[in-house]
Amino acid sequence: MAFLQAIGHTFLNGVETLGRLILFALDGLLAIVRPPYYPRLILKQMIEIGYYSLPVVGLTAVFTGMVLALQSFTGFARFSAESAIPQVVVVSLTRELGPVLAGLMVAGRIGAAMAAEIGTMRVTDQIDALSTLSTNPMRYLVAPRLLAATATLPFLVLIADIIGIFGGYIVSIYKLGFNPGIYIHNTLSFLEPLDVISGLVKAAVFGFMIALMGCYHGFHSRGGAQGVGGATTNAVVSASILILISNYIVTELFFAR
Amino acid sequence: MNDRQPKIAIRGLTKSFGLKAVLKGIDLDIAVGESLVVIGGSGTGKSVLIKCILGLMTPDSGSIKIDGEETVGLNGGERERIMAKFGMLFQGSALFDSLPVWENVGFGLIAGDGKPRREAKEVALRKLAAVGLGPDVAELHPAELSGGMQKRVALARAIAREPEIIFFDEPTTGLDPIMSDVINDLIRKCVGELGATALSITHDMASARRIAHRIAMIYGGRIIWQGPVAAIDSSGNDHVDQFIHGRAEGPIKMPVRPL
Ligand SMILES: Nc1ncnc2c1ncn2[C@@H]1O[C@H](COP(=O)(O)OP(=O)(O)OP(=O)(O)O)[C@@H](O)[C@H]1O
Ligand SMILES: [Mg+2]
Repeated sequence: MAFLQAIGHTFLNGVETLGRLILFALDGLLAIVRPPYYPRLILKQMIEIGYYSLPVVGLTAVFTGMVLALQSFTGFARFSAESAIPQVVVVSLTRELGPVLAGLMVAGRIGAAMAAEIGTMRVTDQIDALSTLSTNPMRYLVAPRLLAATATLPFLVLIADIIGIFGGYIVSIYKLGFNPGIYIHNTLSFLEPLDVISGLVKAAVFGFMIALMGCYHGFHSRGGAQGVGGATTNAVVSASILILISNYIVTELFFAR
Repeated sequence: MNDRQPKIAIRGLTKSFGLKAVLKGIDLDIAVGESLVVIGGSGTGKSVLIKCILGLMTPDSGSIKIDGEETVGLNGGERERIMAKFGMLFQGSALFDSLPVWENVGFGLIAGDGKPRREAKEVALRKLAAVGLGPDVAELHPAELSGGMQKRVALARAIAREPEIIFFDEPTTGLDPIMSDVINDLIRKCVGELGATALSITHDMASARRIAHRIAMIYGGRIIWQGPVAAIDSSGNDHVDQFIHGRAEGPIKMPVRPL
């Protein structure tokens, strides 16, 4: 009996949390379209999310491209398909690895930062203080972050794609002995616009998820430093999981038939 | 508008957290231009009371009328319109640590009244001067200030827009006796010269006597005594006597055990 009760309790809690999350997301979307707008804050977030994430995302991309070329070469040699490396690198990166790895890195960097900042503001009454100063916290804190993350991640992923392909190119040319002209030709002729577009759409979705989780967990943090720490962890973990789930869903929407 | 109508009228206000009932039926009126001080032990729900009035917490039941208008259950734009009448000094200051001091003070002027930043800064510098802080402090960030300085910045922020109603949650804790008296004067000025209605919370009886027209004591989730400040010494209420004289023995029992 107690066991069933526990299951029911957990289930109800889950439903309640999901409901609150959906309401929060809708509230955030409303806040984006309703004035007042805060262009300075949006710009600040875009710089924080885009510009300052470049080093970590770039490093991730270049090594991923490099290892992709290397792995494909040794793997494909088993069925004499080494020449497919340019195609494998470009398709894997633009469709999957670029957006997902960039998303996960940014989730760690930005999701955590957002949750910690907003969570601290919550537990020190700063969010309440905003309301007493004629400022809607959803519009001032949440909307700029949602907007900036959704708009910036596609650019970041585009750059990651290019850097990743470059990493694959370097390894293929200098280590595996490919001809540069043929490699570039194969890369470009095989690439379809939809490969890139689907990756960028994923990036926008991931950006939204990251900011949503950071803001949501920060907003609902309770009880001092420990609460903020918990909120930060939850933001990163839930954003990462949502990225992987929505990655499948977007892929399904684009390519399944 | 009827002059007799209280600025704030609270009836049967209750609020619980889980099983813990903090407010069990508060009835309280605050007249226009009056300075009311609420006293009461730590954890009796004073901060919760003002957060309920501000709409930062939703009460479980009861009514809160501001200028005769019911505010419990208001949301969105309506809530913002009521909120614009208030200034609030938070117990923990609640300064925005991403902004310099002057922008903290001028925040409401820029966000709420749409003042240009330059004008807001001038007002902010004047308000900072009124709480004894010079223009050099204005460019610092809150983290670079001492606790008492933060409190004064928060006070300047609360009064910057000259609101109709100002709430002070422990305005003098953490200040030295001289600065406390400066702040007491400032609060009296807000009420006397600007005609604001003030609700203050304090444990500092000297400060309470200086700033209050009327004092109310909260205990066990209710207002157990209220009266003019002159009557506080002859309240005839044991709880009040014990509190204002700071005695450990009396009807109010602290749940502590000897070492
Ligand atoms: N957000 C909250 N969640 C749960 N309990 C709360 C919350 N806020 C306040 N409480 C509880 O309500 C009670 C009253 O808190 P409140 O902050 O109003 O006390 P107070 O009278 O202002 O005390 P102090 O003089 O120490 O500031 C406390 O027991 C506290 O534990
Ligand atoms: Mg308090």
